[in-house]
Amino acid sequence: MSRQHLRNAAIAVAIALLATLPAWVGNAYYVNIASQILFWAICALALNVLVGYAGLTSLGHAGLFAMAGYAAGLMLQAGHGHAFAIISALAVTLASTAVFAVLALRATGIGFLMITLAVGQIIWGIAYRWASLTNGDNGINVSTRPAPFGLSLASADGFYYATLVVFLAALATMIVFVQSPFGASLRGTRDQERRMNALGYNVWLIRFCAILFSGVWTGVAGLLFVYYNQFISPQVAALTTSAEILLMVISGGTGTLLGPVVGAAIVVIMKNVVSAYIERWNLVLGVIFVVIITFMPEGLVPGTVRLCRYGWHKLASRGSRYTKIGDRAL
Amino acid sequence: MTALQVNALCKSFGGLRVTANVNLSVAPGERRLIIGPNGAGKTTLFNLITGEITPDSGAIRLFGQDITRIPSRQRPHLGMARTYQIITLFARDTILRNVTLALLGLSPLRWNPLIRLESRTDLIEQAREALAHVGLAAIAERPLAETSYGERRRVEIAMALAQKPKVLLLDEPYAGLSIDERRDVQHLLRKIPRDVTVVMIEHNMDVALDFAEKITVLHFGEVIVEGSRAEVVNDPRTKEVYLGH
Repeated sequence: MSRQHLRNAAIAVAIALLATLPAWVGNAYYVNIASQILFWAICALALNVLVGYAGLTSLGHAGLFAMAGYAAGLMLQAGHGHAFAIISALAVTLASTAVFAVLALRATGIGFLMITLAVGQIIWGIAYRWASLTNGDNGINVSTRPAPFGLSLASADGFYYATLVVFLAALATMIVFVQSPFGASLRGTRDQERRMNALGYNVWLIRFCAILFSGVWTGVAGLLFVYYNQFISPQVAALTTSAEILLMVISGGTGTLLGPVVGAAIVVIMKNVVSAYIERWNLVLGVIFVVIITFMPEGLVPGTVRLCRYGWHKLASRGSRYTKIGDRAL
Repeated sequence: MTALQVNALCKSFGGLRVTANVNLSVAPGERRLIIGPNGAGKTTLFNLITGEITPDSGAIRLFGQDITRIPSRQRPHLGMARTYQIITLFARDTILRNVTLALLGLSPLRWNPLIRLESRTDLIEQAREALAHVGLAAIAERPLAETSYGERRRVEIAMALAQKPKVLLLDEPYAGLSIDERRDVQHLLRKIPRDVTVVMIEHNMDVALDFAEKITVLHFGEVIVEGSRAEVVNDPRTKEVYLGH
């Protein structure tokens, strides 16, 4: 069986497992955890476009995430329908991302990181202090979930399936994106900015478009978040949320598609499941992160692949040595 | 019409004048060599010509078109390509992907996020042809990280040539090469078609002087001598700059 066949088989098994998850989990609590993993994975995948493929580390993505949630919440509060609220929330997120990108692309490296952090904090400040608009610390309630094509998302299973469809769409889009000529151009700007310029690429515009793409998917994840919790507060836009999203990307493996999904699963499970048993779950999360960075600095997914390959080569070389010894004995 | 015309080009970094009233006129198809001791301003001149640095004053014309204020990223689209003294390639990719990126840079396809790059066989084939031209077709799929220094130099040249430039700027293409590798690159540069104008910076006089039809000597950012090989070699100012007497 070729590597491609193995990969296709693994994808088919993963999709089958995800599609039947409510049946074999059998508990609404864990189905809800799975929904959370999926929408945080969308957010991590979106940030990964910047961190992994553009070499631009953002600490302000929680601001964009919250922007979509707040925009939808405010639209719904104003009496608009879900379709209008979703579309306008995405439009607002896109416009905010454009401003975010113009400001952040004044610098690269640590400068980019600091500008995104500052912009994220401004959004958090607006959510927290502009109480007449955002209701301040009390947040905004969203009373209902949408019912696309008449299918209710009120139940845990219904919401899970809707999130799964959006997640698979996000994943498929990311796969096409990173393998496209534009994806190759983006990786080029990450590796050799000067050379890309000399080859005729508009490095700034490539990065700007990548940030817009990342921002829109972050907004989609923010919408799923607000519909899942039916509530949004300034805490969502806080620096800790941005750091958690970045942690998901780095711990899973930047520049890979599976890495951010695994990273999202680790963080969500630690926050929701482990925190029920261990009071200082943050400490456990920190220890896990330190262990990953120590033994797999490239992240959990690429690190596991590396270790598996190493183990496989070791086994293969030991096998061939035994064969040689056996041949000599004969 | 000249292929490349530089008029009264000046550039200073603070109080340091790195390019002082440089004039250069390169005819179409010409092989021009720019020499000078370390710190003479040769690479700075290339950076000014390619737009990586903005001049303080002066003008640059490419086949009669004033390109002085045109952004550096647009100059490859007008037919200008360059190589770097310090190899500047995409180390995580294969040799083939490096050259494909060079081709993609001039194609509107570079903005397409909806198709697989690998599905554009026309582009990949062009990249393979460019690699065949520099003798690297057999190792096209090899990751760049696993190639020798000499092979990387040839990848640099393949990337520049793949863009089918009208003016090619080579910044020390023989730097760091062994004698055999130098011979390979020399052979490769001789094969560049005559419709490509070549301007080369080089320290290695043995190989460079053979290649050049006209030589410009830079010293402290100024052109001090210009002429044929014999004229430049016999000029006392060249001897003074290189030998100190």
